[in-house]
Amino acid sequence: MSTDTTQRRWMGDTGQPVSLQSTRSRTGERIIVGLLWLCGAISILTTVGLILVLFIDASAFFREVSIFRFFTDTRWQPFGGLENGHFGVLPLLMGTLLVTAIAIVVAVPLGISSAIYLADYAPRRVRKVLKPTLEILAGVPTIVLGFFAATFMTPVLRAIFGQTVDIYNAASAGIVMGIMIVPTIASLSEDAMSAVPRGLRESAYGLGATKRHVATRVVFPAALSGIVAAVILGIGRAIGETMIVAIAAGNQPSLTFNPFSQIQTMTAYIVQAVAGEAPRGSLTYQSIFAIGALLFLMTFTLNFIAARVVRRFREVY
Amino acid sequence: MRNARLIAALSVVVAVLAAACGNSPEATGEDGAATTSADTPAVTSDTAGDGGEALSGSVEIDGSSTVAPLTEAIAEEYSAEQPDVRANIGVSGTGGGFERFCAGETDISNASRPIDEEEVALCEEAGVDFTELRVGTDALTVVVNPANDFATCLTFDELTAIFGAEEPAANWNEVNPEFRDSPLQVFAPDVDSGTYDFMLETLDIEESRQDYSASSDDNQIVTGVQGSEGGWGFFGFAYFQENEEALKAVEIDGGEGCVAPAVETAQDGSYPLTRPLFIYVKNEALSRPEVADFASFYLDNVGEVITDVGYIPEPEEAAEEARSALDQALGSAG
Amino acid sequence: MAVSTPQRSAEAAVEALGSSRRRVARERRFAGLLVVSTAVAVAVLAVLLIDILLDGAGRLNWQFLTSYPSRRAEQTGILAGLTGTASLMVLVAAMAFPLGVGAAIYLEEFAPDNRFTRLMEVNISNLAGVPSIVYGLLGAAVFVYILGMGRSLISGAATLTLLILPVIIVAGRESLRAVPRALRDAGLALGATRWQVTRREILPLAMPGIFTGTILALSRAIGETAPILLVGALASTRFSNEPWNLLERFSALPITIYGFVTRPQAEFKEEASAAAIIVLMVVLLIMNSIAIVLRNRAQRSL
Repeated sequence: MSTDTTQRRWMGDTGQPVSLQSTRSRTGERIIVGLLWLCGAISILTTVGLILVLFIDASAFFREVSIFRFFTDTRWQPFGGLENGHFGVLPLLMGTLLVTAIAIVVAVPLGISSAIYLADYAPRRVRKVLKPTLEILAGVPTIVLGFFAATFMTPVLRAIFGQTVDIYNAASAGIVMGIMIVPTIASLSEDAMSAVPRGLRESAYGLGATKRHVATRVVFPAALSGIVAAVILGIGRAIGETMIVAIAAGNQPSLTFNPFSQIQTMTAYIVQAVAGEAPRGSLTYQSIFAIGALLFLMTFTLNFIAARVVRRFREVY
Repeated sequence: MRNARLIAALSVVVAVLAAACGNSPEATGEDGAATTSADTPAVTSDTAGDGGEALSGSVEIDGSSTVAPLTEAIAEEYSAEQPDVRANIGVSGTGGGFERFCAGETDISNASRPIDEEEVALCEEAGVDFTELRVGTDALTVVVNPANDFATCLTFDELTAIFGAEEPAANWNEVNPEFRDSPLQVFAPDVDSGTYDFMLETLDIEESRQDYSASSDDNQIVTGVQGSEGGWGFFGFAYFQENEEALKAVEIDGGEGCVAPAVETAQDGSYPLTRPLFIYVKNEALSRPEVADFASFYLDNVGEVITDVGYIPEPEEAAEEARSALDQALGSAG
Repeated sequence: MAVSTPQRSAEAAVEALGSSRRRVARERRFAGLLVVSTAVAVAVLAVLLIDILLDGAGRLNWQFLTSYPSRRAEQTGILAGLTGTASLMVLVAAMAFPLGVGAAIYLEEFAPDNRFTRLMEVNISNLAGVPSIVYGLLGAAVFVYILGMGRSLISGAATLTLLILPVIIVAGRESLRAVPRALRDAGLALGATRWQVTRREILPLAMPGIFTGTILALSRAIGETAPILLVGALASTRFSNEPWNLLERFSALPITIYGFVTRPQAEFKEEASAAAIIVLMVVLLIMNSIAIVLRNRAQRSL
């Protein structure tokens, strides 16, 4: 009997637990939660804004220049108008990919080696110095790296390889960009390797494996999904990087594999075209957003793939 | 322990400041003291704005990268007189500058060529009335790398072979069989540039080659030619003056012999690539005292500043014409 | 062809087994390779810093810090860029902090566990990976043109705010998550509303971590060049930016550096740039140190 009344007091008529919150502050609470929701909604607005801004002008561009022409024409000379100009993105794409490839060739071995060293080899005291050092490297602004590429890297390359190295070239920018993304690859890979359970390592040691075997045959494969994701993210950063290439790589779109020659990347073109004040609504203006949209799609896809790789192939212990 | 980082940071700051205080301008090496304010041209008091009242506001300027150093020098001198007037100088190129000018976005447009019909129509449509003021003369300079000892003089035909759209040369010996076998690397202004337009017009060609290193920043052309043995480029005389040791100016043969770019040859017209430099002022903007004062100051002082910047003073008659055009515009703008 | 001797056969047999000596050598070589690789990255950083100091320390003086840009290398200075960066910092902090923390609180404390919330979370992590130049395009199109704010200080600040918002939100969420659940439950059990619990119990504890994240995000914003370049930052302005003159044209330290680096004369390209870079790095160093001190204090108290 008494349990019935007790129950009814707690459960109320609807059968649900009675709220302990007083109704008095509910509207104020609602307003506050609403404001907070608005803050979160800004991020949605940003994405919507990005997509609209990029794709409205990009689609205006593609109404004049067919996508086929965009991807097959081997020349990028957008300042001549629709008939005389050439709107093939391949030179810009090639420039971006060349610099990125050089950066990856530099960054992946260095980054993964550093990660292995940090995860399994470095003594604690070294680790305490090394991790902040990598963080410092990660925090260097790209304009500083651009300065380094133009005033140090290019002269060094010219001293080694002579005049075959152009004054503006892909290699200087690429190498410095590689150094830029080493911390990204190193810290994410190291996280992945540290996440591999000790038990796995211990059992390998127990079977007589050496430290090298454990690092290369046990930990590395186990952390592979994280490492691959780290490299993909590094590629994404290299593709979107602007200042290093704007200062050191040049403004001459060219379809070349030669790392010592001048090129123009997609990001450097955007800087050049915006500085030139193309009139709004002109084809040149729209081409800026077409390139921007392509850039956005490329980095978005890479980030998506990286996230997927981590989720799909992560070994769960 | 936890404050160690903060202390380290503070000590770095202290060290930097200490070094800074130790690095007073006189203490810095040879090039420091000798060339400071000594070569700032003196601006005589009677050319200062009348009444001496303090003005404030901003003047939006954009356009030619050739004229920009001149306008910047004027703005530097002007800010000594009217520190509260802010002159914002962009470098979008003569063409880009006119686009913004006719859209009403700027008050003054720097131009290294006269405004063309299309742009006049654009301004008319938008209701932008302007006054053209010639401010100086330029000897457009063609440059090559200092290691280039064979291209000392180029004819118009050779220039066309280098820069024109018809079968552009890839190697110096295609320009002239007597030249050395050396790859040609062209650094030049982009299509928005008045300098570019002037070159096309002078060579009488419709289109330039498309595969060169284009830049709206003439400094990049300097860097390019300076760093490439087969380099070739062109820009306003001031940029050559600023970088004389790093570049070699080419003599131009316009049909009457090889002439080198210089103040004298520009003034007597013997140098084939001589051209006037302009600023265009929006009449409506002249009703703002800061713009009117700046424009007046410009015309009054450009004769003294221009040689220091590296260009050539305009002939007397042209200067007087500009002065009266401005006075007229000022009178009607009130 | 070598004659087979007992010694040679013995050596061959040991080879086939893989002697422990060779294994040790291989181990050492591998470890050495790792150390060298790691050292390369550190060495490059060291070379970079030394190069900057060598080029720029001589140029750094009081005149340099307090002069406006000039076309004469010995008279040029970074005052315009310094004041521009300072003003940007103030404005970006004022905008990004409330927005970022608000979004973090919403997502961590109030958001229902539904598809829309998950969409918001995915969206934020995507935004963190967008290249900064694309944010510049967004800022130019939206703030400069559509909203008509022009190439002004506020447009630059708004663009940078959007850029670092995802970073602040993520950092904020982590700080909030670090506060033990028990506190929330206790507060709710005592009859407080969710907001009261958040404001009185959770936020004070999470604040140091949130500040750390905000300062780190701000230091990233300050080093950015491309987005503000597209929004109209100028390299040679001859006036100081104050944070309240929102519609003025503006400069910033990275843009000043860009202006110096692209000039061919060594006094600009190497000396003045390096000196300006030293100033920038010192500013970043101070900000990061403050952040780290805050983080250590927070970890101590939690």
